[in-house]
Amino acid sequence: MSGEIILTVDHLKMRFGGIVAVNDLSFGAGRRKITALIGPNGAGKTTVFNCITGFYKATSGTMRLKRDDESEIALERLNDFRISKLAKVARTFQNIRLFPGMTALENLMVAQHNVLMRASGLTFLGLIGAPTYRSAEKRAIDLSKLWLERIGLIDRADDAAGNLPYGDQRRLEIARAMCTEPALLCLDEPAAGLNARESAGLSELLLSIRDQGTSILLIEHDMSVVMEISDHVVVMDYGVKIAEGIPEQVRDDPKVIAAYLGADEKEAIAVMESGT
Amino acid sequence: MTAFATDSTPAARTAGIPFILKKALISAAVALVLFSLMIGIRTEAGPTGQLIYWTRFGDLAAVVAAVFGGSIVIELLRHWLGPADTRQIIPPAVQRGLSVAGSFVGPALLVFTLLVPVIFYDQRYILDLAILVLTYVMLGWGLNVVVGLAGLLDLGYVAFYAVGAYSYALLATNFGLSFWVCLPLAGILASLWGVMLGFPVLRLRGDYLAIVTLAFGEIIRLVIINWQSLTGGPNGVSGIPRPTFFGIPLTPGDDGLAARLGIEFSPTHRIVFLFYLILALALLTNWVTIRLRGLPIGRAWEALREDEVACRALGINTTTTKLTAFATGAMFGGFAGAFFATRQGFISPESFTFQESALVLAIVVLGGMGSQLGVALAALAMIGGFELFRGLEQYRMLVFGIAMVLLMIWRPRGLIGHRAPTVYLKQAQAISSDLVKEGHG
Repeated sequence: MSGEIILTVDHLKMRFGGIVAVNDLSFGAGRRKITALIGPNGAGKTTVFNCITGFYKATSGTMRLKRDDESEIALERLNDFRISKLAKVARTFQNIRLFPGMTALENLMVAQHNVLMRASGLTFLGLIGAPTYRSAEKRAIDLSKLWLERIGLIDRADDAAGNLPYGDQRRLEIARAMCTEPALLCLDEPAAGLNARESAGLSELLLSIRDQGTSILLIEHDMSVVMEISDHVVVMDYGVKIAEGIPEQVRDDPKVIAAYLGADEKEAIAVMESGT
Repeated sequence: MTAFATDSTPAARTAGIPFILKKALISAAVALVLFSLMIGIRTEAGPTGQLIYWTRFGDLAAVVAAVFGGSIVIELLRHWLGPADTRQIIPPAVQRGLSVAGSFVGPALLVFTLLVPVIFYDQRYILDLAILVLTYVMLGWGLNVVVGLAGLLDLGYVAFYAVGAYSYALLATNFGLSFWVCLPLAGILASLWGVMLGFPVLRLRGDYLAIVTLAFGEIIRLVIINWQSLTGGPNGVSGIPRPTFFGIPLTPGDDGLAARLGIEFSPTHRIVFLFYLILALALLTNWVTIRLRGLPIGRAWEALREDEVACRALGINTTTTKLTAFATGAMFGGFAGAFFATRQGFISPESFTFQESALVLAIVVLGGMGSQLGVALAALAMIGGFELFRGLEQYRMLVFGIAMVLLMIWRPRGLIGHRAPTVYLKQAQAISSDLVKEGHG
């Protein structure tokens, strides 16, 4: 693929006991691009995400993240919270993981923990109400407000996150991840459970995030979203990569069709060839 | 058909007299089986050591009848009040009035507390009780950081109370350090123990965390009992110096505070001083906790209670976050312990049993995890209420237990179950307890 690469996954392998969930997977995600990771259920997409974001320790393989200053970070050597803190990789979850008993605004404030923690002098300056902390808190609230406006939830800022409708929770989770000011945003099925109008809104949001300079890695089943916004698509099945390329290319790949339709590979190719 | 058929609630129409009678009969049968041995037969050791017994069928019949009647009354009440999950409709005006009144409870309570020594100056018993209540308020607020905010179930909180008490007792008796020097030291030592407990239990959750913290509490107590050369073992430490008014002793002598102020000496002065001391310590705990809640660390604690995995995904170091929660809670426990030692003048391991941990935890749970006012009210109800039932003698525990069960049915998430947001744009709305998580341990 063309352009600069932000994340390089090389020969990634993840084994759970006797089961190899991801086997020898290599791909790259472009900077300021949307890279989609697709595949049938159980293909190992979420496992790849968990390896990249440090929730699983990969059995073997390397994952290199290139920072803005050209230095590289080896993600496989960091554990979960450091990946977010140092490598600036943020993620969302397949089943929404907001803080349901905290307000929408508080959710976004928690995401700015590390910035605020530094500003509060590891709590001590904050405890005595130092002006440096106050201004940092104000900036954090402003950033939260900005994101609440972008996802259209500014009027519900003081509502508990658990009380928001499903679609709003999805968007709030993305906003929360963005409040960590990530270089790479990993989204695990952001369009799951959304209706057509909400999906269209989500596509727009993701494109605007990309255009502002954050690279996106996306797992998605909703093909309309994937085909519309992805710059690059990686297709997985049974833990291995079966195809890669621009959306149109992947869409017409017989292997991909076979994987999705569940047909035997040769059979599918025969069907494809007879069709053309 | 029945008296309930005319009732308008749907629940009343579904269950009639046969259902109620059946339920009452089953309850009575269970009671009969349970109490036939407990009440029906009374045994005692005779003069020569043999067992003599006699039957009390009259008492048994009375208890079974009471259960039968009680079951019917409860069912009727249920019909009258409607299903458990339906809310009684309260007019919005009344609701608003209640919430306004509710916001005055805290300040009113504080003003009243400040005036307690003035109102009850001559009643030593009430002053002592007030000091005891305030000690538990402080312990409750300290544990609230760990259990209520961070959602880490700690059954060994008394360990930090003990560390604080013994720190002060040993430093004061061996090195002659004053209370005001020892107080911060006791807090620091207790929080060190908090971190020491925190490290091994970082990976544990829920029941497992509870068991390890419980064991930790017992370990501290057993070490205190067995390390005779340092702690005096079961004999405890006596002759712990009484607190001074910043160096001026509260004694009848010439250099005492009373003599210096030119007023007549009274032993009540010391009690009043102790009262304001523990009040100040408790308010310090409260102030720090409220401040911390609004700071990133406090928000991280609450986020940890809500979802630990999401916390890690946001770059929050859950290890240090948990350890700071343990250390902060332990520090307040240590302060309270130092106060306890100086008030009693004598401490022994008997004061630091599991029962204390359970009591403080009950205060936090009863008050509503995370709510400062709730914990204060619960401490008042638990400690003060327990004293109130003193006249009931051996039935005290029974009445107390029933009261707690009823309270938990009525308010499963504690007296004040809802959560107040730490930051808001327009208006701080209370968050319903249904949404707030208890934490995974």
